[in-house]
Amino acid sequence: MSTFSPSAPPGDVRARAPGTVRGVHGLLFFTPFLLVFLVAIAAPLLYAVYLSFFQDRLVGGVTFVGLDNYRRALTDGLFHAGLLRVALFLAVQVPVMLGVALLAALAIDSGRLRFPGVFRIGFFIPYAVPSVVAALMWGYLYGRRFGLVGDIGGWLGTTLPDPLGRSWMLASIGNVVTWEYMGYNMLILYAALRAIPGELYEACQMDGAGEIRKAWSIKIPALRKALLLATVFSIIGSFQLFNEPNVLQSLAPSVVTTSYTPNMYAYNLAFNGQQFNYSAALAVVLGAITAIIAFTTQGSANRSGRSR
Amino acid sequence: MSATRTRAPGRRDSGRRALGRSGNGRRRGDRRGSAALTTAMTLMLVYTMLPLVWLLLSSTKDSSSLFGGFGLWFGDGFHLFANIHDVLTYDGGIYLRWFANTLLYALAGAGGAAVIAALGGYALSKYDFRGRRLLSALVLGAITIPGTALAVPTYLLFARIGIVNTPWAVLIPALASPFGLYLMRVYADEAIPDSLLEAARIDGAGELRTFLTISLRLLAPGFVTVLLFALVATWNNYFLPLIVLSDPQWFPLTVGLAQWNGLASGIAGSGAMTTGFYPMVITGSVLAVVPLVVAFLLLQRFWRSGLAAGSVKQ
Repeated sequence: MSTFSPSAPPGDVRARAPGTVRGVHGLLFFTPFLLVFLVAIAAPLLYAVYLSFFQDRLVGGVTFVGLDNYRRALTDGLFHAGLLRVALFLAVQVPVMLGVALLAALAIDSGRLRFPGVFRIGFFIPYAVPSVVAALMWGYLYGRRFGLVGDIGGWLGTTLPDPLGRSWMLASIGNVVTWEYMGYNMLILYAALRAIPGELYEACQMDGAGEIRKAWSIKIPALRKALLLATVFSIIGSFQLFNEPNVLQSLAPSVVTTSYTPNMYAYNLAFNGQQFNYSAALAVVLGAITAIIAFTTQGSANRSGRSR
Repeated sequence: MSATRTRAPGRRDSGRRALGRSGNGRRRGDRRGSAALTTAMTLMLVYTMLPLVWLLLSSTKDSSSLFGGFGLWFGDGFHLFANIHDVLTYDGGIYLRWFANTLLYALAGAGGAAVIAALGGYALSKYDFRGRRLLSALVLGAITIPGTALAVPTYLLFARIGIVNTPWAVLIPALASPFGLYLMRVYADEAIPDSLLEAARIDGAGELRTFLTISLRLLAPGFVTVLLFALVATWNNYFLPLIVLSDPQWFPLTVGLAQWNGLASGIAGSGAMTTGFYPMVITGSVLAVVPLVVAFLLLQRFWRSGLAAGSVKQ
């Protein structure tokens, strides 16, 4: 790459951000990302939209059907049941996980714990465990064959409810997901807490505020952005739930059905039902719902932040 | 490792240190409060660690003590090495092949993703070029597109162009990390002073050379953060490889272990060897978890400061 002349080209009077330089170099640096973005994100997305307008029929082969696949999705009971299930999951699991993560971050940041480093890394380690391994491990713990749930029930002299049974399965999956990502979220929140300027605490101290007051009036407001980020990622994760239920399916096939979550449904339609076009339509609908909810969360949080 | 050692750009915590928050001079009620806090956090630590302890203990058992004995203690005899031997030699050493595949996907995918994100983030942070605002918006939008939503469409597209069931089908999607790019951009804003770049330009250094010799060094903590999180994402990836790969020779560990679990639970319809698979799934899981945990422990200093920058600014 040739050397760059620091003076702007003659005649270029457009204002530029301080410190940035015009020219092609920026675009060159950005090009690799643009390429993988086009191949790995944009192209599959557009192709899915394209496919969703067709159907592979017994008579006539692949035909253009317009919005038929989307109409079918609107009335598909299995798809709706899956959506409701992940919505319920989202409503319960995400607040619990983020609440626990927030408490842990505040506790570690409060300076009242001995060996805070041990807690920090100990809470975070599950994040490094593949979700497949986490689901297998918890699945075995849940199971009657050699699980701990049976052992604990034995101690207590009762039979505990089966975590892999119909009524507890969603909660059991929620526990696996909470276990995996609590520490990750804790770390994001903790990192934001560490960045609060010391002067704020100083002022608070002079006012004679205690730790809880300090947490409530300084720390939690300062965490708004980090919490928002964590919430948006958790929402996306819930709607896309696949790995954990898919792994647990082998332990409880009658409970975790092939349409247990929308992603499992799309997967099974495509690979066990050969309904690629309808599956593509479901992927598009699911992606759109996820993006809309993520955007709305961000938007409403930003609004409430401004009005404060 | 103490938190004071890490330095994120823009962190100003000297004031709070000076106040002695973790030091002396506490009121009486505080001690009771901190005992309760320590108890609660210790319980949580038990929760996060217990399953892993169970997994480690279970990897030392053969199937009979796995089914018979108490989960949180050793069984009869120490079978860890026998189990490892079984895992590594089963089916002509297929586990080692999966391990090598995972290493390839994780290192090439995550390494590539981190380099691409660093270049792109640096470009958005330090250069003004045509279409910059549009591309920034594109990156932010792409963050909200979940990778898993793209898995089925990716399969359909890659099947069309004929690269399913090859490593490319896993590697190419791994290279695109919009969140990594966003993180690198925020990090570049904070860590690289514009005056430094201007000085380099006045000295006549080319843009690429400036990037390689000056900027990349300043970006190191952010780069390691992005690298580690991309490493986790590819190492733990399951949905996409499950879909795009059908030949076990190309499986990563996650897909292979799930397949073994299927065999153990007997759903795959193989009547021959079923429950004997459980020790292998468990020991194989332990072996799959260890590298990432070690990587995170060793690189703590880097990723913690990198994460700090990304989570604060937006």
